[in-house]
Amino acid sequence: MTDVVRRGRGKRIAKSVAWYALLTAVAAVIVFPVYVTVVNSLLSYDQILSAHLLPPNPFNPQVWSDASDYYAQAWSEGHMGRFLLNSFVMTICIVIGQVVTGVLAGYAFAYLRFPFKRTLFVVFLATLMIPFEVTVVANLSFISNIGLYDTYAGLVLPFLATGFAAFLMRQAFLALPRDLWEAAELDGYGHLRYLWKVALPLVRPTVAALTVFAALGAWGQYLWPKLVTSGQPNHDLRTVQIGVRELFAQNITNFNIGYAGLVLAMIPLLIVLLAFQKQLIRGLTAGAVKG
Amino acid sequence: MTDEFLPEGRAKQQWPIATPNGGGVEAAEPAAPTGELRRPKSKRVGPRTREALLAYALILPALIVFGIFVFWPFLRNIYLGMYRSPISGDGLGRYVGLDQYRTVLTSQQFFDSLIVTVKFWILTVPASIIFGIFLAVLGHRVLKGMGVYRTLFILSLATGVGVAGTIFFTLLDPNIGVVRSLGISLNPPALQSSTWALPSVAIFVIWLNVGLSFIVISAGLQNIPDDLFEAARVDGAKTLRRFFRITVPMLSPTLLFVFVVGSIFALIQSYPPIDVTTQGGPINATTTLPYLIIRTLRGTAPNQGKAAVLSVALFVVALVFTLIQLLVLERRVTYGSGSDDD
Repeated sequence: MTDVVRRGRGKRIAKSVAWYALLTAVAAVIVFPVYVTVVNSLLSYDQILSAHLLPPNPFNPQVWSDASDYYAQAWSEGHMGRFLLNSFVMTICIVIGQVVTGVLAGYAFAYLRFPFKRTLFVVFLATLMIPFEVTVVANLSFISNIGLYDTYAGLVLPFLATGFAAFLMRQAFLALPRDLWEAAELDGYGHLRYLWKVALPLVRPTVAALTVFAALGAWGQYLWPKLVTSGQPNHDLRTVQIGVRELFAQNITNFNIGYAGLVLAMIPLLIVLLAFQKQLIRGLTAGAVKG
Repeated sequence: MTDEFLPEGRAKQQWPIATPNGGGVEAAEPAAPTGELRRPKSKRVGPRTREALLAYALILPALIVFGIFVFWPFLRNIYLGMYRSPISGDGLGRYVGLDQYRTVLTSQQFFDSLIVTVKFWILTVPASIIFGIFLAVLGHRVLKGMGVYRTLFILSLATGVGVAGTIFFTLLDPNIGVVRSLGISLNPPALQSSTWALPSVAIFVIWLNVGLSFIVISAGLQNIPDDLFEAARVDGAKTLRRFFRITVPMLSPTLLFVFVVGSIFALIQSYPPIDVTTQGGPINATTTLPYLIIRTLRGTAPNQGKAAVLSVALFVVALVFTLIQLLVLERRVTYGSGSDDD
């Protein structure tokens, strides 16, 4: 009897060891490219050339002073500081724009009655059928014509509203109990005050999800920032995603700087990913999975 | 997931881009009336008009952005395609009507880029989904420390296409890349080989996207009631059989979503990963249609009119592709969880 139990337990332990081994192997494959980049950013030129793959001795002070040199160079001469600033400004503007326009329109579609409501809602959803890549030629010519080429405004204007944000916020407002509005109305609340004081606090999780989702998208943008900025040294509006590639191209004999730049470029999003994983997952799955 | 998730998770009509019920646009129709609140009929016209005016004011900011940056450029693109750009690349050029559409859309260059686009789609989309399912099934297991593994599975989301592309570019570099220390030496190097360039870009794109499909498929997996598996286990169904008879069918709406959205990405968003790694080369081995558009617009011989024609073609390709997928795949999707009442 006990023998059977013990054998069962042994089998169970063996099974979970196998699971952990499999999980670790898969995770290692996924992490590997990032690992190599971080390690290389700490290695000397010769060590990179000899394809070392192992981290340097952490007790050797020389390693750290060299590495901080690479990072400092990437930050200043490599313009990573500037690229990061540009990406921050762009991301913050786009996120604020999408959240504000999304909340306002979402509220109108959820709570208000007005002529052509359904038609307008279809118009909003139709924007999802027209990807930005399709309109980029005309957009670029327009932005250049009105003199916004190579400006922050030109960088962010086309992305200040999305059909997705309005749709997501509408769904969140619709999920609120209707008595809430009726009670607030009896208390003399108008729509704007109700939105600001009651509805918005209640849909905060959705706003958070939308924020993280929009930030991820904005930070990862490549096509438009590349086309609408010139990368001129005296007027540098390049964002991280583009700048870091150019940093590597410009330092073909000095990869340390490039590797350090790559690590610097990953840090902000890594922090967001670790701190707001739940919101990110909500944002990504909100559109995909039915309850 | 958490209790916070519930209100929204319970809301009906959650498909913003494309739904198996026949496209996101239609999703608006049945749901729209539910949002309207009954108001006592007012004798005066005032409050209703005010409500409508307020609604238009709230919608206006988004509508302005859509008008200027989505609908107007969409129409203007069609019109720009009717002008043949001057050799200098500046200005609108000469009106040639649909002539330019005919010449561009029958050109070998356009045809070749379509082939590369389809190849890129075949190389990236199925693999992203299969790896996504694999990771989701792994991550679905209840084990101590699983949170750490889940975070590692989505690590690539913290990079972005420029950073990730540069990382892969360095990995594959014949002088400094790890491919060398792993004993792989290709001549010519992977990104300069007409055979290996596109698969290399595909591997990087799969790596970049797998976190996304993992998250979405995981969420779908969590919606499958556990008692289904329990019942199957009691009936003696083996693991593989359970996977193909329960997991896959129950997951099919999620898989359809991942497939359709992933396909749209693969078809229209291939410019960034290719620009970071191969710049369309060697020769034209990685020149997809989106890459060809930007190269035509901003390359050595800029030609706005031609780029506009190619953009219109890209829209049609993406649209036709999406419709075919929805028509063909919709029938194979199983809807049947209890909450699926709409």
